[in-house]
Amino acid sequence: MQKRLLMPEQLPQDRIKNFNEVALGYTEDQAVAEAKRCLQCKKAPCMPGCPVEVDIPGFIKRVAGRKFPEALDILRKKNNLPAICGRVCPQETQCEIVCTLKKKGEPVAIGRLERFAADWGRTHSSPITHNQSSNTRLKPLAAVIGAGPAGLTCAGDLAKTGWDVTIFESLHAPGGVLRYGIPEFRMPRDVLDYEIKYVENLGAEIKPNIIVGRTVTIDELFATGYKAIFIGTGAGFPYFLGIPGENYNGVYSANEFLTRANLMKAYKFPEYDTPLRIGKKVAVVGAGNVAMDSARVARRLGAEKVCIIYRRSRSEMPARAEEIHHAEEEGIELDLLTLPIEIIGDDKGWVKQVKCLKMRLGEPDDSGRRRPVKIDGSEYLEDIDTIVIAIGQGPNPLLLSQTPGLKLNKRGNIIVDDITGETSLEGVYAGGDIVTGAATVIEAMGAGKRVARAINEKHG
Amino acid sequence: MYKILNVKQLSEEIKSMVISAPEIAKKAKPGQFIVLRIDENGERIPLTINDFDAKTGSITIIFQEVGKTTRKLGMLKKGDSLIDVAGPLGHPGKVEKLGTVVCIGGGVGVAVVYPEVRALKEIGNTVISIIGARNRDMVILEDKMREISDELHVTTDDGSYGRKGVVTDPLKEILMKKKADLVIAIGPIIMMKFVCLMTKEFDVPTIVNLNPIMVDGTGMCGSCRVTVGDETKFACVDGPEFNGHLVDFDELTNRNARFLNEEKEPCRCKKDS
Ligand SMILES: Cc1cc2nc3c(=O)[nH]c(=O)nc-3n(C[C@H](O)[C@H](O)[C@H](O)COP(=O)(O)OP(=O)(O)OC[C@H]3O[C@@H](n4cnc5c(N)ncnc54)[C@H](O)[C@@H]3O)c2cc1C
Ligand SMILES: Cc1cc2nc3c(=O)[nH]c(=O)nc-3n(C[C@H](O)[C@H](O)[C@H](O)COP(=O)(O)OP(=O)(O)OC[C@H]3O[C@@H](n4cnc5c(N)ncnc54)[C@H](O)[C@@H]3O)c2cc1C
Ligand code: FES
Repeated sequence: MQKRLLMPEQLPQDRIKNFNEVALGYTEDQAVAEAKRCLQCKKAPCMPGCPVEVDIPGFIKRVAGRKFPEALDILRKKNNLPAICGRVCPQETQCEIVCTLKKKGEPVAIGRLERFAADWGRTHSSPITHNQSSNTRLKPLAAVIGAGPAGLTCAGDLAKTGWDVTIFESLHAPGGVLRYGIPEFRMPRDVLDYEIKYVENLGAEIKPNIIVGRTVTIDELFATGYKAIFIGTGAGFPYFLGIPGENYNGVYSANEFLTRANLMKAYKFPEYDTPLRIGKKVAVVGAGNVAMDSARVARRLGAEKVCIIYRRSRSEMPARAEEIHHAEEEGIELDLLTLPIEIIGDDKGWVKQVKCLKMRLGEPDDSGRRRPVKIDGSEYLEDIDTIVIAIGQGPNPLLLSQTPGLKLNKRGNIIVDDITGETSLEGVYAGGDIVTGAATVIEAMGAGKRVARAINEKHG
Repeated sequence: MYKILNVKQLSEEIKSMVISAPEIAKKAKPGQFIVLRIDENGERIPLTINDFDAKTGSITIIFQEVGKTTRKLGMLKKGDSLIDVAGPLGHPGKVEKLGTVVCIGGGVGVAVVYPEVRALKEIGNTVISIIGARNRDMVILEDKMREISDELHVTTDDGSYGRKGVVTDPLKEILMKKKADLVIAIGPIIMMKFVCLMTKEFDVPTIVNLNPIMVDGTGMCGSCRVTVGDETKFACVDGPEFNGHLVDFDELTNRNARFLNEEKEPCRCKKDS
């Protein structure tokens, strides 16, 4: 059997000096060759693996036949943001894991092909302008709160089905985590801008600098005529460890660190005005995608040593395998089975050291993963001058606390109907990380899609 | 784009600026702030809403030129525009009828305290105000403050205007003479710290308005975290006003020096060029 084609990448020694994209994408010939590996299974086990129901064999068949515009049309039918999904989706646990070829060897590189088709479209045509219907009938108004993947998807689908949609975004630029969290070397901003433009061209208007809950409330939106409201405000509230010394200078939440670097472009300081101070030795606490991104940004900003501190072992690391692999190639060290218990500062309030304990794995816990157990007497000190806390994010209470009657669960996430996404408030829907807790881009998109359908059925 | 409707020079380093921002003007309350960005490469900085007018859809900010962004802001003229203005952010100040309230504004802090003084007066409190400044030129809003205060004291560090000394000098005399129900102190961290030390002695509840370094201003980054009592708070969403007797001012001083090295650089470039 033919082997899965590797995608060209920037070499580690080069890429740690720039913020350009690491993975370079297939050429046309490579894409066609990879697409030809697809068996075009009748039952297509890959399709149920995709939360937005993309016709995977269909688009791959068009790539194999060099019908790239058709391939993209098929993708766009279900997925408003294919260039994004092709880059950041965990295909290895979704569509590719159930690929028939996987049983015998390596699955078809579905994600890379999706990326190829979307990129081909971007470089060969301008965004398709949707036929703004000449229909003079007044369209019903829908409001979408948050311009992350959930909100963008919901807005795009609503616009497609004849709604007049406005997206309210609290930051000055749309994209959600794709803008402020995921660095440019994984998600180039021209790609992101193009995909967002596509949603705008479908007819959705994006209003930045509107903090719903402060600038305007949900009740006020209803009063101005919106018939349905979708909340897609994400999981933007950063958790800290709760250990002594966390407020020393040099300790950042991953959100602050990445927002400064990505949204505010601190990596181009002083051309851009926002600073980000980075030391020689950086420790990142946590082992998810957020931690990998933080570590790799620190590396590119010139840190000599960057280590990941994680209390469990390698097999429990929640980051995508590809991200861990890329991080290690870039010289990022993994301090596994290690728990930070105190941050020690100097007399001016700057981080100097971190005190850690070694752990071992015990019995499985509720999550099914083996519980880390402290090893007595294993304390040690590590010299460090920057610490990034990347142990997770929760729901931001700002809007929720200003919306009486909205039912939340214990963790502060919005409770919704599984199928329609409707909340405890009539006409108010929610989806994405604000409902599920920090999850994935594609799950947020899937939720946005389901809600758009439900809104259209009930109120359209 | 948010149009600049007017600019006024209040002192050599301090300007007031009226900006068109109808959505914010409609919702603003005393004690709240905005986050603005000047241009595409700009950083997000927080500034208090000094005044607002829902009818004309405008808000007023008063700022001191201390670094790159505030200096760039100071170069803009009537008719120019800001790329981003978001708000109103933070909890409004609590405006209650308490009796006698002493309101202290240090430097540009007078601009921050002003809308609250006005609200406190309107609701029927006796308001004693103290303005503190480095020198005569830095005294701002004196007439406006006098108009809404039952008593006004002015101090300057160098004695070039009003009484020579610091705000805690008249404060001490006031607190020895009569019972105050609340003190509000807004200004440099060092001033707020010393006011709080004094009001603690006199056992008068004291509110301060903190100015940590912020990014989003909506509770998503934690850049603005401050220690209050034994808890970490995000000043942008939990504040910016806090019980001054519980605030760790020394930590805030350290944290506001986080980017001192980086921030010196662009200013140097500007002077060189
Ligand atoms: C650093 C990082 C790396 C990641 N890497 C991956 C990856 O490789 N693959 C993957 O699948 N997933 C990844 N994730 C997770 C993924 O990004 C999220 O699951 C996804 O973005 C959730 O989408 P969302 O639309 O629900 O929320 P978000 O993307 O968080 O968007 C929410 C938006 O709402 C806005 N908002 C919030 N409150 C308000 C308000 N009151 N008014 C108006 N607007 C508001 C926010 O500013 C934001 O723009 C990563 C996450 C992070 C942080
Ligand atoms: C809620 C809030 C409300 C505020 N309201 C006002 C206001 O009404 N008027 C006003 O003039 N200022 C106000 N500030 C302070 C203002 O935000 C800062 O002065 C401004 O961000 C400095 O930006 P810069 O780029 O000009 O200076 P920078 O180049 O960033 O810094 C120059 C100098 O100022 C110091 N500095 C930086 N940030 C702050 C800060 N947040 N507070 C104090 N010193 C700082 C730096 O350490 C440095 O010494 C407020 C701050 C907060 C958090
Ligand atoms: S400024 Fe980001 S959380 Fe307060």
